[in-house]
Amino acid sequence: MSVVLNNTAILEYTLRLADDSLILGHRLTEWTSHGPFLEEDIAMSNVALDYIGRARMYYGYAAELSGDGKTEDDFAFLRDEREFRNLLINELPRGDFAYSTVRQLFIDVFNSLYLPKLMQSNDETLAAIAAKGIKETRYHLRRSRDWTLRLGDGTAESHKRMQKAIDSLWGYTHELFELDELEQQLADQRVGVDNTALRAEWLATVESILSEATLTRPNDDWVVKGGRTGYHTENLGHLLTEMQFLHRSNPSCEW
Amino acid sequence: MTSAAWVERLHHRRQSVHQEIWDLLDEVKDPEIPVVSIWDLGILCDVTLEAGQYLISITPTYSGCPAMDTIRADVSEALNKAGIQNVTVNMKLAPAWTTDSMSPLGRKQLLEYGIAPPENKVGGCALTPEQGIRCPRCGSEQTERISEFASTACKALFKCSNCLEPFDYFKQI
Repeated sequence: MSVVLNNTAILEYTLRLADDSLILGHRLTEWTSHGPFLEEDIAMSNVALDYIGRARMYYGYAAELSGDGKTEDDFAFLRDEREFRNLLINELPRGDFAYSTVRQLFIDVFNSLYLPKLMQSNDETLAAIAAKGIKETRYHLRRSRDWTLRLGDGTAESHKRMQKAIDSLWGYTHELFELDELEQQLADQRVGVDNTALRAEWLATVESILSEATLTRPNDDWVVKGGRTGYHTENLGHLLTEMQFLHRSNPSCEW
Repeated sequence: MTSAAWVERLHHRRQSVHQEIWDLLDEVKDPEIPVVSIWDLGILCDVTLEAGQYLISITPTYSGCPAMDTIRADVSEALNKAGIQNVTVNMKLAPAWTTDSMSPLGRKQLLEYGIAPPENKVGGCALTPEQGIRCPRCGSEQTERISEFASTACKALFKCSNCLEPFDYFKQI
């Protein structure tokens, strides 16, 4: 019985990680052919591909755990807004280049701390996915850090846009370091990660990059949460409409 | 240039009792770089026989590598053509692929194809340098990085200040 319960918990945890990767990956694909110039267009698309690849590995594992014939596509394309468990920061519209850069910086720093912990998971598949992901994240982080420095310490306009992006995203970062009962249980069993323990180092790293980029860390005076319980911002529904349309209107189509 | 990961792969292959299968799979090339085989790139991991079924294990270079489905199909096709029908292709995630698994031949073929092979700093994951990757066309080291990400996730884009040509560099990972 305990094995069954544990599998259900790991399935739920895996889906959360899958949703985070898919939704952020989809947001990044929205830059394809809209990048500020060709090299950045390609870079954004490449990072998107890494995230969508991660999502596929997580969904594939979720399908295996569910053991009821579901496929990765069923999870990605046939669940509705309230069933998605991604953190809200991933679903916010792509905004301008500054906004996407700041979001990537926040998430890249988070992943550079989170994935090495997940690599130590007792669950072999999650550990293997993390081991692949961390190699890619090192490249992602170098890029988002470089752009933060360039734009933060750039022109008056680029500085203004970066600071605006930081101020609008800051309240969404708190959710990265929360644990609900299920996540706590999995962290105790060394399957999941204790995200609360990552915040101090995340803050130290982000503050040092922002300060080097002449940008200011906002106060913690507002917080938005809800992704892990399925309470999303209005944006997710719109994203899913576009992302799921083809699969829903051609249910057995493969391409 | 040899690395521990490559030596281990080669040793593993030589120990295998399915030499004819490994040899047939040498014909399967990477769809994006059609001069290098999946063996030489380090994508082909293992060949086993279980209950009359050949199990071929492959590993993705990057999480989102879009070539995996094609490689999977190409592996089956190469064996089917040789009259071997009982084939299952299996995706293996651990250990994570590294450029250290590439063969010396694979590196040479990349270079001849116009892609600078990964600088082999064994043991560490050195990110792509900003300068100094040797130009695959003229051999100059007067080169600079234009972009961290190039035509595929596994490459970065450089330009050569000597012959003025841009080129891809296969990133170390």
